[in-house]
Amino acid sequence: MPDLTSFVTTSTLAATLGIAIGVMLPAIAMGWAISRALDALARQPEAERSIMRTLFIGLAMIESLAIYVLVIVLIVLFRNPLLEYLLK
Amino acid sequence: MSGNELQITGVFALGPLAITGTVLTTWVIMAGLGCAAWLVSRRLQLRPGPLQTAVEGAVAAIENAITAVEPLHAGVILPMVATLWIFIVVANLAGLIPGVHSPTRDLSATAALAFLVFLSVHWFGIRIQGLKNYLRHYLSPSPLLLPFHLVSEVTRTVALAVRLFGNIMSLEMAALLILLVAGLLVPVPVLMLHIVEALVQAYIFGMLALIYVAGGIQSQHPESSKENDRA
Repeated sequence: MPDLTSFVTTSTLAATLGIAIGVMLPAIAMGWAISRALDALARQPEAERSIMRTLFIGLAMIESLAIYVLVIVLIVLFRNPLLEYLLK
Repeated sequence: MSGNELQITGVFALGPLAITGTVLTTWVIMAGLGCAAWLVSRRLQLRPGPLQTAVEGAVAAIENAITAVEPLHAGVILPMVATLWIFIVVANLAGLIPGVHSPTRDLSATAALAFLVFLSVHWFGIRIQGLKNYLRHYLSPSPLLLPFHLVSEVTRTVALAVRLFGNIMSLEMAALLILLVAGLLVPVPVLMLHIVEALVQAYIFGMLALIYVAGGIQSQHPESSKENDRA
């Protein structure tokens, strides 16, 4: 089935490209957030607790974007709902 | 591997109801935590022994964290948030036991937890503020923002569920993939990472739940009272 080969190739390519880009951008955002938090921490060390708390929440928010990409990529790789149209 | 990490299989069937490993592990954890809580709080003494001191330290740490965010109503939301924290820590770490999967690896389990948070935001908000005041905050800066408030209610609940599920599931999957590529002892560092990640994710889930609930409560002067508390 020539369709299946191209399907597998394309979905693997899309998955790797997707996770690469989808991790790159949140990584930039996280680095930005951490550097800003360190700036604030150096300026006001007494506000450490609230800065760290907000930083963790923000990092969790950003990280969840990468997690969305991962979930989509795993669905594309392992549980692709379009696959059954090909296999029918 | 064929993606069977993603699939949740049933262990046994109770009539037409398939009992999955997730449900079983959750029940065992719930029973264990319930028994532990009963045993620890059964004979409280004024001069505590080592066990009571440790448990009191944990509860005090949780209480401090909640008071830092919501100083006025910490006592009301403490049971919910502390239960979430303790349960998710244990549930995440349960994946380290051989043969047992974390219940939080299942999207159904994390979705249930997130739905619980979604409901408790409204429950605490209405209980503390009254229905009218609570509903007013949906229109608060301007009625134009009502759709955004409603959308954010849904998206943050979905995000809460998918974040915990994605993290724990990807951790287990990463350990499995490394086991496939490398030898027997190589995944051990990944399991160390699992411990850290389990604690961090539990902290973040509980903290976000706390912040959502505190946002629903909207105490009158959160900033000034927080400053006073810290000073």
